[in-house]
Amino acid sequence: MSHESTYEPKSAAAKWWDQRLPVPRMMHDQFVDFPTPRNLNYLWTFGGILTFCLVAQIVTGIVLAMHYQPSAAEAFDSVDRIRRDVNYGWLIQAMHASGASMFFIAVYIHIFRGLYYGSYRAPREILWILGVFILLAMMATAFMGYALPWGQMSFWGVTVITNLFSSLDQVIPGLGTAIVQWLWGGYSVSGTTLNRFFSLHYLLPFVIFGLVILHIWALHVAGQNNPTGIEIKTKSDSVPMFPYAVMKDAFALFVFVILFAWFVLFMPDYLGHADNFNVADPLVTPPHIVPEWYFLPFYAILRAIPDKLGGVIAMFASIAILAFIPWLDRSPVRSTKYRPIYKWFFWLFLISCLALGYLGAKPAEGVYVFWARIFTAYYFAHFLIVMPIVGSMETPSKMPGSITDAVLGKKGAAKSDSGGGGVPAGATASPEDR
Amino acid sequence: MSADVEDPQRRDILVVAATAFSAVGAASLIWPFVHQMNPDAGAQALASTEVDLSPIAEGQAITVMWRGKPVFIRNRTPEEVEAAKKVKVDELPDPVSRNENNPGTPATDANRTVEGQEKWLVMVGICTHLGCIPKGQALADSKGDFGGWFCPCHGSHYDTSGRIRKGPAPRNFDVPPYKFVSDTKILIG
Amino acid sequence: MILKRAFAPIRASLAAVAVMGGLTGTALAAGGGEAHIHRHHWSFGGITGQFDRNQLRRGFQVYQEVCAACHGLERVRFRNLVEPGGPEFDEEAVKALAAEWPNQIADGPNDEGEMFERPAKLSDIIKGPYKNDKEARAAQGGALPPDLSLTTRARGVHTDAPWYQHIPMMARDIFTGYQEGGADYLYALLTGYAEKPEGFHLAEGMNYNKYFPGQQIAMAQPLDDEGSVEYQENAGAKMSLKQNAEDVTAFLAWAADPSLNARKQLGWSVMIYLLITTLLLYFAKKSIWRNVKH
Repeated sequence: MSHESTYEPKSAAAKWWDQRLPVPRMMHDQFVDFPTPRNLNYLWTFGGILTFCLVAQIVTGIVLAMHYQPSAAEAFDSVDRIRRDVNYGWLIQAMHASGASMFFIAVYIHIFRGLYYGSYRAPREILWILGVFILLAMMATAFMGYALPWGQMSFWGVTVITNLFSSLDQVIPGLGTAIVQWLWGGYSVSGTTLNRFFSLHYLLPFVIFGLVILHIWALHVAGQNNPTGIEIKTKSDSVPMFPYAVMKDAFALFVFVILFAWFVLFMPDYLGHADNFNVADPLVTPPHIVPEWYFLPFYAILRAIPDKLGGVIAMFASIAILAFIPWLDRSPVRSTKYRPIYKWFFWLFLISCLALGYLGAKPAEGVYVFWARIFTAYYFAHFLIVMPIVGSMETPSKMPGSITDAVLGKKGAAKSDSGGGGVPAGATASPEDR
Repeated sequence: MSADVEDPQRRDILVVAATAFSAVGAASLIWPFVHQMNPDAGAQALASTEVDLSPIAEGQAITVMWRGKPVFIRNRTPEEVEAAKKVKVDELPDPVSRNENNPGTPATDANRTVEGQEKWLVMVGICTHLGCIPKGQALADSKGDFGGWFCPCHGSHYDTSGRIRKGPAPRNFDVPPYKFVSDTKILIG
Repeated sequence: MILKRAFAPIRASLAAVAVMGGLTGTALAAGGGEAHIHRHHWSFGGITGQFDRNQLRRGFQVYQEVCAACHGLERVRFRNLVEPGGPEFDEEAVKALAAEWPNQIADGPNDEGEMFERPAKLSDIIKGPYKNDKEARAAQGGALPPDLSLTTRARGVHTDAPWYQHIPMMARDIFTGYQEGGADYLYALLTGYAEKPEGFHLAEGMNYNKYFPGQQIAMAQPLDDEGSVEYQENAGAKMSLKQNAEDVTAFLAWAADPSLNARKQLGWSVMIYLLITTLLLYFAKKSIWRNVKH
């Protein structure tokens, strides 16, 4: 949120610098003194966690690229050598492989937080749409990265997913095939494909980095949303980012890192597929091809549609539709907290996504297909029907007048007689008194 | 922020401890990322090289690879050995033998070769100045002012014992660890 | 140490599709599922487990005397047998072992321009008996004996539990650090040879195994019921089928994941550090926020 700069250069040198390239001023205004809603809960710490994930993936990835050989003949062996012979290679490789999963865990929590609290609503539409682009770029990066170890799942994952584009043959005969061959650089997935995937896998994270900078920029223009969905009105609604939000983010980050380290150090194979420890064999398809867990809901949607082109369209639409929800949601309030009816639909949507994830890992047959269709139908209905209709019909529950009211009303009521609106006696100043 | 607010940056012992602990963790994470660039277990264990000396005629030299580096092996003529032996150590720019088999000894020709096999000179053929490969292996090469090797990059002259005599190179050629397995076979490394 | 449990009856169900990763999908064609694979107790299992050096040594003996006749271990090098965290054999003994290893290392060209074979050195791979896959198939009647270097990581056990049990099972596996599915499968396979049931059609040259997808495996039973590999007096265990199978599985688990010991040791220091720092950060955060209702 734009606010008056409080940065004061302390030395002559700092002053000189400030007049020429005021980076310290920007950092101070945006990351030290930036007004942060005081009522943010721990779901708001995932932005910082995601930044950590991106940096960790880039750093470990650069290291792995120093040892990795992007050729069909050597890729598998070079990854094996990284794990066996490179100093701490086993650690860095596991960090990168598990890191991808951790990144998606964090980004999904981040997205559902945005959905629940209406963080996509005006004036944060562009912030949200940038997020959708980041998600898409992450998916492309993860998909291409998974090809690089050149194991069986790598090879067949690439084969199956790139073949999705061949469905365009249904639109213009030959178009899909042409696109697929263009992607492959040949008539099948080969070392040529691996080379270009490596190149793009190295490029895209920096594209994500650029998008993230825009995302944060947009965030700092509109300011953070908060659990009430009510904008900051007075100074007492906010606290300075440093040290309040920073320390909270740091604590949450370490909790997240415990989980991350647990996977890296105790179960590096858990989040991957055993099949990928078999070298790619273009003659043998593994019996059960499944994508990485973070793609499973989309994979379920793909397979739920009986038509090849239809499935591909549904899969891409399931992500693209996210970009339109700022306008699909017709509710007068942002936060689901004050939406007694929509609340139930939100949880139903979350359950649908989890169910689709489960079904994506199951074979596409019998009862699994039936349920995949039900949940796919709800996935789209949630955005296209529930959001506009429930939003315009529902009467929101009574809302507090401001963030401060929400905070004090919630916690201060019990101790209202102790003075200072619930502030412990002796506290000379509290933000709400300002 | 108004002036009466308690300074949120108060140096609380907990905050200091937490920050210090986080910093220590972040710092120790740097090591794996530095160490990964060191030679890996495969490179460290790289095979030693066995060389058959029998095809090398007197006055000839061959170059073999050991750990990715060229190793010069010269079958020196008696005159060359004699010339190398005559040089006084205190006249040399680098008085140390630079022989991994006799570390720290003076740079006499005897200390740079194996006793009983003095005609064989085995050394890493990399100029100690900036890493070029000196001339002097092929018969037609310029062997420099001292009949040994000559580095064309910056004009370093080495004698018939591979010792630096003139030019910018600071050290004699390094002698790698090696031993005679038989009279005509050596094992380097 | 071995948990003796009755094998669950073979179950035919919708969910029993494609149970084992990395194996050709004959499961459905066989018309039945595989027998349920039990979790074995491994010294290297879970979040605290470490390899048992004596077991790895015995397991290498089983590999050398039985498996090596057909299977290579070509991602493992002789020097690895000496390194910490593994069988930690004496270096001189391994040098001698390498020099005598029957499958020599292809090298060359020599000064005459010829390729030649030479005895292995510490830095060389543990070579299998065949020059390439085609030679292996030709010698094995069309079946390929896979390289064993990554076997335990390249196999796994899929759960066939109903959907509502998935989340508690996942939580339990993550909390206990279970990722020994490949070892469990391999052990089950090695001990899973049996007489074929009445009416089961076994193809020419195939063998019946309860745990192999499709129950037909080209590999003949490698370890006998009476045991196949006699250990030395001081090896710490007596010969038996289960002992041989367990030891060689442990050895192959090490071959696939030689940094396991170091990884888990580092894991505990990291965890202790993280817990202390996280607690400190929590209290620091509390202290900073103590006067701010939120």
